[in-house]
Amino acid sequence: MTAPTLEKREAGFADSPYITATFRIRRFNPEVSEHAVWEDFQIEIDPKERVLDALHKIKWDVDGSLTFRRSCAHGICGSDAMRINGKNRLACKTLIKDINPEKPITVEAIKGLTVLKDLVVDMEPFFQAYRDVMPFLITKGNEPTRERLQSAEDRERFDDTTKCILCAACTSSCPVFWNDGQYFGPAAIVNAHRFIFDSRDEAGEQRLEILNDKDGVWRCRTTFNCTDACPRGIEVTKAIQEVKRALITRRF
Amino acid sequence: MKIHKYDTVIVGAGGAGMRAAIESTKRSRTAVLTKLYPTRSHTGAAQGGMAAALANVEEDNWEWHTFDTVKGGDYLVDQDAAEILAKEAIDAVLDLEKMGLPFNRTPDGTIDQRRFGGHSRNHGEAPVRRSCYAADRTGHMILQTLYQNCVKEGVEFFNEFYVLDQLITEVDGVKTSAGVVAYELATGEIHVFQAKAVIYASGGTGKFFKVTSNAHTLTGDGQAACYRRGLPLEDMEFFQFHPTGIWRMGILLTEGARGEGGILRNKDGERFMEKYAPVMKDLASRDVVSRSIYTEIREGRGCGPEGDHVYLDLTHLPPEQLDAKLPDITEFARTYLGIEPYTDPIPIQPTAHYAMGGIPTNVEGEVLRDNTTVVPGLYAAGEVACVSVHGANRLGTNSLLDINVFGKRAGIAAAEYSAKSDYVDLPENPASFVAEQVERLRNSTGSERVSVLRKELQETMDANVMVFRTEQTIKTAVEKIAELRERYLNVSIQDKGKRFNTDLLEAIELGNLLDLAEVMAVSALARKESRGGHYREDFPNRDDVNFMRHTMAYREVGDDGTQSIRLDYKPVVQTRYQPMERKY
Repeated sequence: MTAPTLEKREAGFADSPYITATFRIRRFNPEVSEHAVWEDFQIEIDPKERVLDALHKIKWDVDGSLTFRRSCAHGICGSDAMRINGKNRLACKTLIKDINPEKPITVEAIKGLTVLKDLVVDMEPFFQAYRDVMPFLITKGNEPTRERLQSAEDRERFDDTTKCILCAACTSSCPVFWNDGQYFGPAAIVNAHRFIFDSRDEAGEQRLEILNDKDGVWRCRTTFNCTDACPRGIEVTKAIQEVKRALITRRF
Repeated sequence: MKIHKYDTVIVGAGGAGMRAAIESTKRSRTAVLTKLYPTRSHTGAAQGGMAAALANVEEDNWEWHTFDTVKGGDYLVDQDAAEILAKEAIDAVLDLEKMGLPFNRTPDGTIDQRRFGGHSRNHGEAPVRRSCYAADRTGHMILQTLYQNCVKEGVEFFNEFYVLDQLITEVDGVKTSAGVVAYELATGEIHVFQAKAVIYASGGTGKFFKVTSNAHTLTGDGQAACYRRGLPLEDMEFFQFHPTGIWRMGILLTEGARGEGGILRNKDGERFMEKYAPVMKDLASRDVVSRSIYTEIREGRGCGPEGDHVYLDLTHLPPEQLDAKLPDITEFARTYLGIEPYTDPIPIQPTAHYAMGGIPTNVEGEVLRDNTTVVPGLYAAGEVACVSVHGANRLGTNSLLDINVFGKRAGIAAAEYSAKSDYVDLPENPASFVAEQVERLRNSTGSERVSVLRKELQETMDANVMVFRTEQTIKTAVEKIAELRERYLNVSIQDKGKRFNTDLLEAIELGNLLDLAEVMAVSALARKESRGGHYREDFPNRDDVNFMRHTMAYREVGDDGTQSIRLDYKPVVQTRYQPMERKY
């Protein structure tokens, strides 16, 4: 077996030059000042590293007070959604080379949720909206002895929305949510979708009524920001449209 | 300082913690303390599946599963516990399905199953399809499903609360759990949680290695809190190195990739696992595969300019199969390596993955303070614990199983204990240890930096106590860790504030890692044999006469305040399987 393309890439890896990149970070710490400020950090970094690596480099080598959430560092835990060059992304899934390191890279907290310190926001309103859509399987009658049966097609029907990691990148990219924090927001609707279209669930009507609320799906203006922002590639806007259609047709 | 009172307190909100919480909340007033948000826990990173002999797609039974678990653990497994694990696996999977977990399905609508390392039909005859899965994001689905059911049950969470101390009170001369002390990240406030029962479910310690699949937050906080209070840690020398981490980064690529037909190849394109494991080949147990990979690399058959990795080859699998069964890991290869797995093999190397050892418990999840005596009111489950169902090497898909089976058991046992017990008095000044630790760091002016010490620790662990160990390398690690512990006393932090002070918490986490790394290295030095994940080049054979026993490490503090580690040993519970030579 030969893998010529790979060997070439590896050679590139080996002599990879470090570059100097500027990270322009929105700092806020009410213990220090009530005003948020932009602060520039210049660091030497391999452009194939992630924005999260850059933030760590700054925190560990330059300024220990820089504060952000992170855990798994590979796009599964949903801790490190932030606004990078004006777009919501996970810092651990964004390679520096992909966001033009020749210009200063801006990093700020996601919008629409209260900033508590630097890149850390209050997630509670986000999780409250999630809890409000009853995000758990609801069934009636006696439980079967073995597993419930579900065809591969029925399982596929809601596969896309099971991928959600509750990072809030979608909800905090939504202009409707920025202007009205009462709106459920895309993530909560995605998680309602996950159960409405699960053939085993028997509370679809109830969930639809919740989303029929004035702060529900009808607030969506189909701007597709959420779909662009989703680090898991979920077709968020499509899921919201499917919920709207289900509300009209009452078929799901 | 605030004082809270709960019947049951659970430390950690990953799979084991939330599975316990679902049981315990129904039976007792329960609080779950997590240093993250529940859905951020590292259970979510598990990929390949959860083992259970459902026999949905081919003949299987729990006895075969028990045997595979015992053999996989190189006979250091407590066989009574393994039998419970394999038997209760079936209900554990069905419970999750009923809670809503979207498993992949067979054409007839039942839960689909696939092959995984070390799982075999009829005691090693051939690979068997035992892993129940949801694409390559089974852990994600388990974590989400358990959180969803916690929401349904109204489980009370304290998010971003770091548990930093275990409180123990002597009641009639018996060491009894009195509660825990936690630090609230948002405010810097210290909280004492008085509880009748405490369950540790706080996960692993992988961050003392550099190349690891573990999250930044896996710093062994639960193990360290118990160890500092004089409780033993069991089998800490046994750490699993998963064969397929992304080269240099350590990000996990599931064994399910090989379960779906993926093949490991060296620089000559040779399927080298055929040499090392003629029957199970690429699906031999993880310790065997990781050693084989490093043997290839050491003998000059590694790939790349530095010959420091091998390939995971998926190129012969149909793209539709990769999309349907392995969507996440193929995306990792694209995102982090710029490689298209349809056409190019993926560079991989073994990655520090899982602690087989931990806080010793019996099969009810009760924590032991010596070989036999339980600590009333104290429980542990999941990776933080050592039951021991994994022995010297865990089989893939047995950890998602472990957290569900023993998380549930611990949740029920703890809540039942709470129901029949009274609160015990808190020790005097219960928050003093944490308060002093926090104040010392906040006022620190020393010249050492946390990130520097942590990096040196990780580098020495990777270099000296990884897949291959010798007396010489382990001694090097022990000496280095001692030096780092000394320098740690002189560490200072930059953020002196109270609000979201992650600088402070990283310093505390490093202290935990240093304590646990020392226990690991000292335990490894004393085990002069090779077994499962612990491979000594100077003692390459298993020695059942002298070492078929669990290590129990205790922290001792002398009259002059000097600390040392005392090692003791605990017999292995053997029921039906006699140790045999281990071949795959």
